[in-house]
Amino acid sequence: MTLDTVTGSAPVQATRTDLLDVQNLRVDFTSRAGRTQVVRDVSFTLAPGEVLCILGESGSGKSVTLRALMRLLPQGRSEITGQVSFQGEDVLAMPRRALNGLRGARISMIFQEPMTALDPVFTIGDQIAETVIRHTGVSRDKAMARALELLELVRIPSPERRLRAYPHELSGGLRQRAMIAVSLSCYPQLLLADEPTTALDATVQIQVLILLKQLQQDLGMGTIFVTHDLGVAAQIADKIAVMYAGRIVEYGSAEEVLLNPSHPYARGMLASTVSGQARDRDISAIPGSPPDLRALPPGCAFAPRCAFATDLCRRTEPGLTPRGTFGHVLCHHAQDLASPALVGATVTAT
Amino acid sequence: MMNFFKLQGPAARVAPRPDPRDIGGPRQPMLIARNLRKHFPITGGLLGRAVASVKAVDDVSFTVQKGETLGVVGESGCGKSTLARLLMHLVPPDSGEMIFDGQEVGARYGLRLRDLRRNMQMVFQDSASSLNPRMPIEESVAYGPRVHGMGRAEARAHAISLLEQVGLPARLFAGRYPHELSGGQKQRVNIARALALDPRMLILDEAVSALDKSVEAQVLNLLRRLKSEFNLTYIFISHDLHVVQYISDRVMVMYLGEVVEIGPVERIYANASHPYTQALLASQLHADPRNRVTDPPITGDPPNPVNPPTGCRFHTRCPFAEAMCSSTAPRLHPLAGEEGHIVACHMADPSSGHARAGRAGLDRLGMARPLAAKAASEPPCKEGLRA
Amino acid sequence: MSEMTTNHAIAAQIPGEDVPRGERRSYWANVRERLGHDPVTLFFMGVIGAAVGAALLAPWVAPHDPYATSMLARLRPVGTEGHLLGTDELGRDMLSRLIWGARTSLLMGILPVLVALVIGGFLGVIAGFMGGAVNMVVMRIMDVFYAFPSVLLAVAISGTLGGGMGSGLLALTLVFIPSLCRVAETAASQIRGLDFVDAARASGAPVYSIIVTHVVGNVLPPVLIYASSLISVSILLAAGLSFLGLGVSPPTADWGQMLSSLRQGIYMQPLVCALPGLAILIVSLSFNLVSDGLRQAMDIKS
Ligand SMILES: Nc1ncnc2c1ncn2[C@@H]1O[C@H](COP(=O)(O)OP(=O)(O)O)[C@@H](O)[C@H]1O
Ligand SMILES: Nc1ncnc2c1ncn2[C@@H]1O[C@H](COP(=O)(O)OP(=O)(O)O)[C@@H](O)[C@H]1O
Ligand code: SF4
Ligand SMILES: [Mg+2]
Ligand SMILES: [Mg+2]
Repeated sequence: MTLDTVTGSAPVQATRTDLLDVQNLRVDFTSRAGRTQVVRDVSFTLAPGEVLCILGESGSGKSVTLRALMRLLPQGRSEITGQVSFQGEDVLAMPRRALNGLRGARISMIFQEPMTALDPVFTIGDQIAETVIRHTGVSRDKAMARALELLELVRIPSPERRLRAYPHELSGGLRQRAMIAVSLSCYPQLLLADEPTTALDATVQIQVLILLKQLQQDLGMGTIFVTHDLGVAAQIADKIAVMYAGRIVEYGSAEEVLLNPSHPYARGMLASTVSGQARDRDISAIPGSPPDLRALPPGCAFAPRCAFATDLCRRTEPGLTPRGTFGHVLCHHAQDLASPALVGATVTAT
Repeated sequence: MMNFFKLQGPAARVAPRPDPRDIGGPRQPMLIARNLRKHFPITGGLLGRAVASVKAVDDVSFTVQKGETLGVVGESGCGKSTLARLLMHLVPPDSGEMIFDGQEVGARYGLRLRDLRRNMQMVFQDSASSLNPRMPIEESVAYGPRVHGMGRAEARAHAISLLEQVGLPARLFAGRYPHELSGGQKQRVNIARALALDPRMLILDEAVSALDKSVEAQVLNLLRRLKSEFNLTYIFISHDLHVVQYISDRVMVMYLGEVVEIGPVERIYANASHPYTQALLASQLHADPRNRVTDPPITGDPPNPVNPPTGCRFHTRCPFAEAMCSSTAPRLHPLAGEEGHIVACHMADPSSGHARAGRAGLDRLGMARPLAAKAASEPPCKEGLRA
Repeated sequence: MSEMTTNHAIAAQIPGEDVPRGERRSYWANVRERLGHDPVTLFFMGVIGAAVGAALLAPWVAPHDPYATSMLARLRPVGTEGHLLGTDELGRDMLSRLIWGARTSLLMGILPVLVALVIGGFLGVIAGFMGGAVNMVVMRIMDVFYAFPSVLLAVAISGTLGGGMGSGLLALTLVFIPSLCRVAETAASQIRGLDFVDAARASGAPVYSIIVTHVVGNVLPPVLIYASSLISVSILLAAGLSFLGLGVSPPTADWGQMLSSLRQGIYMQPLVCALPGLAILIVSLSFNLVSDGLRQAMDIKS
């Protein structure tokens, strides 16, 4: 593994075959109180059929990043800059009409709470058929047949009956499957999923995760999956991008990031998972809480909580240090921390 | 019916520390709950008459020894929060009794409600709505003692010292309002408030579930420290099996308002004997991408508690279910050779007549995978799991 | 203890967390401070203050006797020597009448709302917090009153009682009780379901203590905001009653009454005749804007 420190934001190498290529994505929210940079210098690529997990604590900018890719942020109050190219097309420069043709057809999205994303006054069948008709212009009968096919695809039991069911008549797990069915209605090439299993119970969550993984592989869909749960990321991801305070602090393959994390935050997060902890010992927790995005510290945003922070970290923002075959780490001391000897060392509160 | 006490297994697994507030002695359980039941009526029609009921907590019995932590796990809607509210008497039970340190709660010569609430306090899941938004946190903490007659200045000093104990220096925090705090800090305030009456027992209802992982670890460490500093007994409710394993001495598993398994934490995690507990454990995710779950341990969603399945409530999802499971409800039965480990499954009772009777824990979900074989031939989801 | 020291260090490391906030400041002190930074609201509070001040000090600030008529100086225009705002159809000084009229109009605007606030607020808090049968009884009674348009109800009550200021006040009070009660009930029943109320119950607090410390404080802001916006409605309704001859009877000065009696002169001195209306407009507008300002100042997150 060769490591070169690159100052500034090193572009992540894009190849011809990429489905999605995001470079230096940045999102600012403006209000009367001023400007807040919520997402900064986010770069990653996604190949067809690949799953990228964006992993981070609440407020780290995961949902905003995901919505920015589809330009689904409130107009006028937000400003998206950088480059988002989807199958070679520049999404940020695209006219509205072209964008609408993209949304729900070639790119589609699923959310944490299907109840808010599904329309309560239409049956599941109607909602799927409507999407199909809007994007393909087929007849109503054809669209309904397709809806039935989709419910079978997401393994909803007795699909004929569920076609005529309203969202509130379904249990949480079935509702989430129904929303996945809606999102698959036009065979999208890119699926954006924002914590789709967070509200589900453990025994249901695993079913939905396995289903999603299988559908994604069968249909060859590129998928960006936002979650705060390391376990979920480990279950489904090919690549992982760890976000902290609006920036990707570590990016790499799932194995690299979860088994051999370099960034102190990623390490701290892994060390503080409760699973398999000795019962009579304190868990090594990351001290403090995430910063307020409106008042970020001058240097590295993680410095106030970081056990490895030096004066350099508190003064200047770190640049990207490449790691592995394609990833990077956003830390001044990435090189020192990458040494396998240090992997066992954890960030502790005491 | 089985003798209730025989089911409860060993006395204190954790030697309780002597406490001047102790009444019943170290062997007397801190809390005994017997046959607690709460059905919420569902009203309908023009006259608002009860047309059905949600069987939120149905015939739940357990004991908590002094100084131990009893973990309560189960999926959402299985009645964990209702159980917590029943124990605090925030909702009146339909039936059942509670004995706190040898004194029956609410009985004529027993423990008065007011005294129960002094000895037993609760931390709520939603850290935001459990603090008065228009009250500085110091006043929120001081409110309980004030109600119990402590003077203003004394209550304030007490609140300040508690805030310091939970890691919120009063100089920086005492005058803040809840919206000026992060989620973890609010939950610390809630813990301080629960401690303000110097209780002997805390009920923690999903107290860390809404927190981010790194903050969750901080609060768990805090809870561990407070437990020994204040000589506390915990009931720790959570849907997160990792957390329950870390913090509990014994674990109680609930499904649709009923207890399906209780046992010492090591036994539950090493030898889960109810198929539902096995399914829960097999559904746990691990932070290791090389160790992925490839087959769902069970299929379907938990059924609606308004019309729970007959017989064993788990039979609609259980891979071992037989005809008798849908007609006869299994009772809690001690597991052979395992002290204090009881299971409500026909497989645990050698005389039940189930084909696998006496083999509870031997045929395992996720090992023998009887379901996986079945799932391959049948459509993956069972019909009619939900009306 | 070592852990505790760490915890102190944690707090101090987070930006914005090292600001000492040990001193308690009451919620209302915060509201006052926020109002202090809001010039628009302050200005309109000043307008209301001036109107109330003038009304209270009417005998001293009014330049003329408001009842002194003069057949020779009828309907003089604004700016007339000795009559700054002109005279009315009986030659009475408009400025003096407007100042005296403020007494009755403001009284009719503020008093009914205040009384209704106390009664409606009390009933609403009880109904909302207790729920069940209590709620049912109180709210169904309120619904009966609610079913009528407020103008109709005020006219009917005041007409039945035979007009006059007393019956006008009573009618207006009755009109406002149901809506204030409803606002208080909604707020109180929302609060009842929140965990901090359960936490208070779990600490053994009696019901009255929970209501006084936890419920009233949280119900008051929305009710106050709503009540302050009702004052302008009350002034207008009172003016309407007077206009119909059901409120204050002549010759007592009252803005609504003045508007009514001046309408004959509308073609001769339109500006003078519009003055009472203008006074009503300015005062109601001020109350509405102050109400908006209050809403912002009372929002805990600002
Ligand atoms: N529409 C919006 N207007 C202003 N700020 C927003 C908006 N949406 C999100 N934010 C802010 O952006 C930050 C990141 O939010 P989000 O992406 O939702 O985090 P998460 O990682 O939990 O999904 C938060 O601080 C949030 O307050
Ligand atoms: N106050 C209530 N009225 C009616 N139903 C309720 C009430 N509280 C809880 N329930 C129902 O009781 C069941 C158990 O709920 P709860 O105890 O909150 O479960 P858990 O905490 O395990 O998620 C749920 O079906 C819920 O809808
Ligand atoms: S009783 Fe029957 S249905 Fe219930 S868990 Fe045991 S085997 Fe399964
Ligand atoms: Mg989000
Ligand atoms: Mg709950």
